[in-house]
Amino acid sequence: MNEQQSLWEFMRQQSDKLAEQTLQHIGLTFISLFIAVLIGLPLGVFISRRKQFSGGVLGVAGVLQTIPSIALLGFMIPVLGIGPKPAITALLLYALLPIIRNTYTGITGVDAAVKEAAVAMGMSKWQVLFKVELPLAMPVIFAGIRTATVITVGVATLASYIAAGGLGEFIFGGISLNNTNMILAGAIPAAMLAILFDFLLSRLQKLDSKKLKMAAIALPVILILLSSFYLIPKTYATKLKAGFTPEFMGRQDGNLGLQSKYGLHINTVVISDAVMYKAAYQKQLDVISGYSTDGRLKAYGLLVLEDDKKIFPPYYAAPIVREDALQRYPDLENTLNLLAGKINDSTMTALNYQTDYLHQTPERVAKFFLTQNKLFRPARNGNAGIIRIGSKIFGEQYILANMYSMLIKGYTDYDVSTKTGLGGTKICFDALTNNQIDFYPEYTGTGLLTILNPPAKEVAALTLNKDATYRYVADGFDKKYQVKWLKPIGFNNTYALMMRAEQAQKLNIKTISNLKRYLDSK
Amino acid sequence: MIRVQHLSKHFCNVKAVDDISFEVKEHENLILLGTSGCGKTTTLKMLNRLIEADSGEIAINGKSIKGQSPEALRIGIGYVLQNNGLFPHYTVAQNIAIVPQLLKWDKKKIENRTAELLEKLHLSVDYLKAYPPELSGGQQQRVGLARALAADPAVLLMDEPFAALDNVTRSKIHAEFKALDELKRKTIIMVTHDVQEAFELGDRICLMDKGRIVQDGTPAELLFKPKNDFVKEFLKEQRLLLEFKTITVKSLWHLLSNEEIKGMGPGILVDYKVDLWTVLERATFFNAERLNMMNLENKEMKTVSFESLTAAFYQYKKQQAHE
Repeated sequence: MNEQQSLWEFMRQQSDKLAEQTLQHIGLTFISLFIAVLIGLPLGVFISRRKQFSGGVLGVAGVLQTIPSIALLGFMIPVLGIGPKPAITALLLYALLPIIRNTYTGITGVDAAVKEAAVAMGMSKWQVLFKVELPLAMPVIFAGIRTATVITVGVATLASYIAAGGLGEFIFGGISLNNTNMILAGAIPAAMLAILFDFLLSRLQKLDSKKLKMAAIALPVILILLSSFYLIPKTYATKLKAGFTPEFMGRQDGNLGLQSKYGLHINTVVISDAVMYKAAYQKQLDVISGYSTDGRLKAYGLLVLEDDKKIFPPYYAAPIVREDALQRYPDLENTLNLLAGKINDSTMTALNYQTDYLHQTPERVAKFFLTQNKLFRPARNGNAGIIRIGSKIFGEQYILANMYSMLIKGYTDYDVSTKTGLGGTKICFDALTNNQIDFYPEYTGTGLLTILNPPAKEVAALTLNKDATYRYVADGFDKKYQVKWLKPIGFNNTYALMMRAEQAQKLNIKTISNLKRYLDSK
Repeated sequence: MIRVQHLSKHFCNVKAVDDISFEVKEHENLILLGTSGCGKTTTLKMLNRLIEADSGEIAINGKSIKGQSPEALRIGIGYVLQNNGLFPHYTVAQNIAIVPQLLKWDKKKIENRTAELLEKLHLSVDYLKAYPPELSGGQQQRVGLARALAADPAVLLMDEPFAALDNVTRSKIHAEFKALDELKRKTIIMVTHDVQEAFELGDRICLMDKGRIVQDGTPAELLFKPKNDFVKEFLKEQRLLLEFKTITVKSLWHLLSNEEIKGMGPGILVDYKVDLWTVLERATFFNAERLNMMNLENKEMKTVSFESLTAAFYQYKKQQAHE
């Protein structure tokens, strides 16, 4: 009951946004559907006439259908950029198969005797098509359009990944923020749209032929009308265009903080981080939210804007170790601290660039770094005990785990077993507290917000200073979990706003405050 | 009226129709008879260009059918299919009006013509707003016929029109078909595999096999002057029935003499143009002892017994065999 209440409250609170997203969703669905019918129907008629093309056309449409939707959206970006164009294209490609196939099946399924009678009575090809074949195939074609509609409503939620809006903004934002109400506020209207449209089309299908003729005229008009919902102008336009992830949009240490602390108001679209960096590189976006040590920063020549009002909490990385392990393996702490302060933001970005973008193995990257910094020693192959290293499931953690493994093998007589790829924070930390691993690299901000999760006021005070954050989590972990934070490695993998370096230089923007000043100037 | 010369059609390497020629006179009813795959349907469909001939000439009223567009040709030719081919999404009235509408008749004229056809084909006007699936097989076939006749074409092509009907309905429709004056003004080419139907409805029969015409003649010619063993074999099973249906009283007239028949049994009066089968049917129905045959031209009447009629029939057959 409480849950429902708050969902209702959430929806009421966000009713403006919800209405906008719903209209966008309807618009997106029907533009795509309209174009899909415009293409699919004639194509279906064509292959029912020239059967030799039917295999090819249906095959291609079938293959399009099997491409995962998010991948299809990804393919569109280099060609069509981000926003409505690629989204509509991808959606209509999905809607195509049921429409083409049902048109083809419907027309070829018309009783041969009826067709022969029509021809034998002197009807022309077009008369046979419009007076006999299409009317008789209509139920099957309609079923295809209904299928396509339901598919399109569903897939359209993914449009929010490439800044085309729709109810997906709530759904994916909610998933990233673990906010059930937000997910439901997007998912329930989307499901209801699918059911509603399917129902309306089924009613349309049951109309008798005379009313159907009227409907055939009314339908395109309605479709165009519904499509136009999408063209409702965006609320405001600014000189620069920003693309933020759904997660960033809903966070206090994200867009909400940008608005309240900096007063930054920028024309924003919601976009998946998978395509965000590239979109910035291709000048479709000017400002994006990202992670400060992401390898793509280097790959795409992006510059991190300084967070001069400190709204993004510090995410300094440091190994966190079980205290009983430190006692059992006395050499461990000093060995792990060999890396302390050795890697700054730009070094980590460069290392990530080598694995994520140049596709070198984390092992090779780790060894190269250690050798360069004269830290590498060949393995001693000792057997004084086995130390279990964990890592989360992304490149940076793999590199760190590899470095630690090499250091332990080279400086001590311990052996190492690595358990990399332990999903997210929750899985990794549970493995640590349940004595499945001895240590893994963690970030101060994560320790603070995800694990200790103190009241918001305290957080606001703590995050202003990176040392305060570190002290707080070190203290908290020690007391609560008997886990020790060792010395920070040096880099800060936090949220950041970034721009193309050349553009930032041209506009003389170095900090977020600079950005605000530029946006406010006329 | 219709002249077909050296008509051929191949499907892949199979000769479906192999160099056939025949003629159909005006108001004649020609039957293309044969088993499946003999080329009869292909021949029929080449007449309205549903299938284009590989070679050969077809002329209707002296004009080659290639001289006009297929659509214009087909509008002038009625076509009846085995499975009626009625438009399931059109009412009976709309189905019948298809060709008149293609010809852009005005509404009143179409309505009048539809009403006239329904009456002739014994269909109630209640059916006008019904859809074909709501009708029985026999009614559907009648509507199919009405649709073909709607614009009063001079030529009617019929592709196994009664094959899908049950026996009772079929013989009923056969009777109506023969009685329909509208059809007497048509040149009809009908395809069938049913020998009885061919003999009952045809003025002339082309018996086909393997894409060729084996024999082209009247029913009597096929029965009594078969060209070869194939023709004989083809008719063997139903021979007696076919003979009864083919031979008329008129053709036995010279073998019959007026008799004095005693007894109390009733008599029937028959036109001497009818076939023996009909005479027998009626005689059995009325349990008649006296058969009064009437020559309507000179009002001559002969009264015969059942036995002497049968005797005359066998005598006639013997004569035919020796000719």
